[in-house]
Amino acid sequence: MIALRAVAALAALALCAGATAQERALPLERLKPGTDFLGADLRALQSDDLANPAMLWVERGAKMWSERAGTAGRSCADCHQDAARTMRGVAASYPKFDAARGHLFNLESRINACRVEHQGAQPFKHESDELLSITAYVASQSRGLPIHVSIDGPARAHFEAGRAAYYRRRGQMNLACAQCHEENWGKRLFAETVSQGHPTAYPAYRMEWQTVGSEERRLRACLSGVRAEMLPYGAPEYLDLELFLAWRAEGLKVESPGVRR
Amino acid sequence: MAARIQVPPQAKRGEPMPVRIIIQHPMETGYRHDEVGHPIKRNVIRELSCRYNGVEVFRADLSSGIAANPYIQFYTVAEASGVLEFSWIDDEGVRGSERAPVVVA
Amino acid sequence: MKRREFIAAAASLALAPGALRAQDNPIAPIDLRDPDVQSVTKGAPIRAGRVKLELPPLADNGNSVAMKLTVESPMTVQDHVRAVHLFSERNPVRHMAAFYLGPKSGRAEIDSRIRLAGSQKIIALAEMSDGSFWAGSASVVVTLSACLDES
Repeated sequence: MIALRAVAALAALALCAGATAQERALPLERLKPGTDFLGADLRALQSDDLANPAMLWVERGAKMWSERAGTAGRSCADCHQDAARTMRGVAASYPKFDAARGHLFNLESRINACRVEHQGAQPFKHESDELLSITAYVASQSRGLPIHVSIDGPARAHFEAGRAAYYRRRGQMNLACAQCHEENWGKRLFAETVSQGHPTAYPAYRMEWQTVGSEERRLRACLSGVRAEMLPYGAPEYLDLELFLAWRAEGLKVESPGVRR
Repeated sequence: MAARIQVPPQAKRGEPMPVRIIIQHPMETGYRHDEVGHPIKRNVIRELSCRYNGVEVFRADLSSGIAANPYIQFYTVAEASGVLEFSWIDDEGVRGSERAPVVVA
Repeated sequence: MKRREFIAAAASLALAPGALRAQDNPIAPIDLRDPDVQSVTKGAPIRAGRVKLELPPLADNGNSVAMKLTVESPMTVQDHVRAVHLFSERNPVRHMAAFYLGPKSGRAEIDSRIRLAGSQKIIALAEMSDGSFWAGSASVVVTLSACLDES
């Protein structure tokens, strides 16, 4: 019996190992953050806390943190106190499955759920300066910390859906995410170098947008790039993909708020 | 319109000190269109000035040729501790201002 | 003329077309009679020199390109830079910016980020306290984004 249990435990271990190591098309030691694919100018801009334009959003988020909102008249700080302490590392663990609500949340949707449930306020609109600011502020508390998400339990189905979405060809160009960011990263596409496609910088200031945008907007940009249909904001497929991407970026450091091309 | 200013934590009297400012503003060129094809009206910060203890030490006329969320660094001689006061106005007549303390030793 | 002198003269002539043009018009390829330039200089002559404009030779995105300009000047009450004007060869708005300085600046150096509608030459034109105008320039190649982004 004991032997049987041991075998079962070993088998489970082997399964676990299989679920983490063997599934990785990009081994952890070969992961490169988006900054490695940037020119010197944008790298310098990201690390300059005054010139990095995204810090304007972070600063606004810092003010919002202690502003009362909604029918409850509560601020984020009323429950979560000092964000530097309570939000440290939080962004590095998102997207996250919330068992109580039975829902997978990214940082944006988690913040909006908090607004509705605890502040009695309207959720912020997708890509609004308010939502980007508070998200960037919370994300910036995890700067330099390694990304680690849970794909266990009920999150697993989302993870698998995200992985399927990642490898599915789509659009007029009939391209899957993996064809650029796994099979051809490091190669030149016109004047750009194809990155590994890790979401470490978001919310990020993109030169193309001339403003700060979410990871979801970045995914939409990729969909538009391969001339595929852009799903509406909030579509579950984005969340699943975000979970898969975060798992894929395991151990890379959060750079939010980043600067991207 | 949020803005952030940076000056050295302690400037040396009589020496030029770098002053940096970044302002949250789209610097809308007037050449873009929205999702349904309507042109977006030009709206740029057209004038920006900086007073140091009440005296203008820097001024700039800007246009759509300056990047969104304009960033500028210039120098001014550190004379005395006090305050730097920036003010600006855009095409829609919206004014903004931001202050930063200066410590001179 | 000695043979050696003749060769030297011929060699300098060979270099001349570009050099001569640059001397004639220090703000080339912008025309000296350009109304935006004229509104600044009021017809005063422009000399090449004293102004250094630094731009990256290759810009990833024209929406935001780092720019640094420096003017050689003691920045004293007697001798200083009054203003520096930026002109674009290709932007829809030629007169990109004007920065007004004075003896209180202490140092004639400005950093900013500019928008460029494609590869081109940018001219920096400085107006000194003695009324003279000096120009410097820099060329930049603006690369296009590889992927269409309609997000």
